[in-house]
Amino acid sequence: MNWISNVVPPKIRSFLRRETPENLWVKCPESGQLVFHKDLEANLFVVPGSGYHMAIGAKARLANLFDNGRYDELPTPEVPSDPLKFRDIKRYSDRLKEYRTKTGASDAITLAAGKLEGLSVTVAVQDFAFQGGTLGMAAGEAIIAGMTAALERRTPFIIFTASGGARMQEGMFALMQMPRTTVAVRRLRAAGLPYIVVLTNPTTGGVTASYAMLGDIHIAEPGAVIGFAGARVIEQTIRERLPEGFQRAEYLKSHGMVDMVAPRAELRPLLARLCKLLTHAPQTDLPEPAAA
Amino acid sequence: MRSYLDFETPVAEIDARIDELRALAAKGDSPAILEEIGKLEAKSAKALTDLYTALTPWQKTQVARVQGRPHFHDYIKGLIEDFTPLAGDRKFSEDEAIVGGLGRFRGRSVCLIGQEKGEDTASRLRHNFGMARPEGYRKAARLMELADRFDLPVISLVDTAGAFPGIDAEERGQAEAIARSTDMCLSLGVPNVAVIVGEGGSGGAVAIATANKVLMLEHSIYTVASPEASASILWRDSSRAQDAATNMKITAQDLLKFGIIDGIIAEPLGGAHRDPQAAIVATGAAIAGALEQMGNMSRDQVRDARAAKFLSIGRKI
Repeated sequence: MNWISNVVPPKIRSFLRRETPENLWVKCPESGQLVFHKDLEANLFVVPGSGYHMAIGAKARLANLFDNGRYDELPTPEVPSDPLKFRDIKRYSDRLKEYRTKTGASDAITLAAGKLEGLSVTVAVQDFAFQGGTLGMAAGEAIIAGMTAALERRTPFIIFTASGGARMQEGMFALMQMPRTTVAVRRLRAAGLPYIVVLTNPTTGGVTASYAMLGDIHIAEPGAVIGFAGARVIEQTIRERLPEGFQRAEYLKSHGMVDMVAPRAELRPLLARLCKLLTHAPQTDLPEPAAA
Repeated sequence: MRSYLDFETPVAEIDARIDELRALAAKGDSPAILEEIGKLEAKSAKALTDLYTALTPWQKTQVARVQGRPHFHDYIKGLIEDFTPLAGDRKFSEDEAIVGGLGRFRGRSVCLIGQEKGEDTASRLRHNFGMARPEGYRKAARLMELADRFDLPVISLVDTAGAFPGIDAEERGQAEAIARSTDMCLSLGVPNVAVIVGEGGSGGAVAIATANKVLMLEHSIYTVASPEASASILWRDSSRAQDAATNMKITAQDLLKFGIIDGIIAEPLGGAHRDPQAAIVATGAAIAGALEQMGNMSRDQVRDARAAKFLSIGRKI
C-alpha cells in the first residue's frame, strides 16, 4: 500500500492494484520456485512446473469459466450485519469493513449467471480472501439466492467452495447456515437440476458438513485441503501425527468422498460435459474461452 | 458427598453448616438447632435461587456439563416405555456416541435419537464422551429414514461437545455424514422435535437438531463451536473460553430472543442435576406439547413448515 491507497475509493483502488501488482514475483509454497506474476495469472494461478494450485480470485475464476469470459454478476441479498455486536481482538464490524475494502466484494460469495459451452449455468464462488471464506448470514443467504436463481432460470448450479468453516463472529446465526443452505440444495434436487461442487483449497468445517458435501458430483482441485475438523485440533485430540496427504483432495478421492481430482485448467470443459450429460443437452462445438 | 460448581461456594458454605448442625441434632434433640437448620435451609435455597436466576453464559456452560445432569438414558428411563435400542449404520459399524431406537412416548410409537456422554469412566469411553463418528450420524440418518416410513415422530436429545475430531472420522467422511443427517432431518414427513438437554456443540448437534421444534433446557447451551474452541480461534487462546461464552450468545434465553430456537424448558431450582426427575418430567411435557401442535399437519405441511422455519432464521432480527 502507498499514499494513493489512502485517498482513492476502494473500487478504483482494486483496479489500481491490478495494474501494479505489489509483488511481481510470487514464491511457490510447495517448490519454493519464483514465478512472474503475469505468468501465474496466465496459467490460472497454477504454478507452472510444480502444478501447485494457488488461490484464484472470484472474478478471474468466473472470467475463465464462462464462454468468452462473459457473465452477469447476480446481486447478493442484504442481511442484518453483526447480529451479536461482536468483538474479539477487533470489532467484527471493523473487520467486515476491512475485508470489503480489501476485496471489493460485500462478503465471501459472488454469484454469476452465464453460458458454459453454450449451456446456461448459475455459479457461486466462495472467496477465501474474504475473512477465510467463512460462512455467515451473508454467505448463506447468497448461496440460497444463487440456488434460487438456478431454480428460476432452470439451470445447473455450480459452486466453487473455499472456507475455513462457520463465521465465529456471528455465533449461532452462522451455524444455522448449515440447515438453511441444505434446504436450498434440497430444492435444486427436487427440481431435477444438477448441483456440482468444486472443492478448492481449503474447504473445511461447517461448509464441508453442509452444502459442500451434498453435491450430485464432487470435484476437487489438486492438493486442496478438504475436511471437517482442522488438522491442529485432530492432532491435539488424538496426540498422533497425521498421515501423509491427510485431508488432501487426492486422499478424499481415495476415501470415496469426491468423484475426481481435476486440475484447474480442465475444469471448464469438465463442468460443461457433466452439465450437458446430466441435462441431456447435445454435444456442441463452441467458442474458446477469452484469453486471460 | 455433594459436589458444587466453583460459583456455588456461597451455597456450599451454608450447606456445610447445615450438615454440621444436623450431626449435632442427631446426638440430642434440640429445638433451637432444628430451628436454625430450617433458617439455613431457607437461606441456602435463596442463595441458590439468586445464583440460578442470574447465571452467566460461562456458568451455564458449567451447569450444562455438570456430572449428574440427566443424560439420554435418564430421559429414556423416565419418559419412554418399551424402549428398544437399535444399533449400527449398516455400512461400517456401531457408534454408541449416538444412541437410538424405538419406543412408546405417552402411548405413541416414536423414534428416539441422541448423544449419550456416559456417567462413569467405562461408559464415557464406550460412548466416546458423546462425540460421534460418521457411523453415529449415519445410524441417526438410517433411523430417521425408518421412522419416516413407519410414520413415527422423531425425538432427538442433543448433548455433545461436537462431532469427534479424529483421523478415522475424517477418513470415513465426518463432514458428509453430518451433512446427510441434516439433509435427512429436512426430508422427514413426520414431525421431529429436538431438545438440547446439555451441550449443543456445532455441526455435530445440527445433524440431529434440524427439527420442526427445537427446544432448550433453561441452562443448556447451543454453540457454533465450544467456548474453548471459539476462544482458540478468535483470541488464539483457549483460556479465554469465558469471554467466548459471553460474547457468542449461546444461552437458551438469547437464542429464543433471536428466533433460533422455539422454546425453553424450565429447570428445577439449582439446575437439572439437583432434581433430574423434575427436569425429565418438564422435558416430557414440552415434547408432548410440541408434538401436539403438529398433530393435524400433513406430511408435506410438516416438511414445508420445517424448511420455512429454518429459511426465516436471521432474516428479521
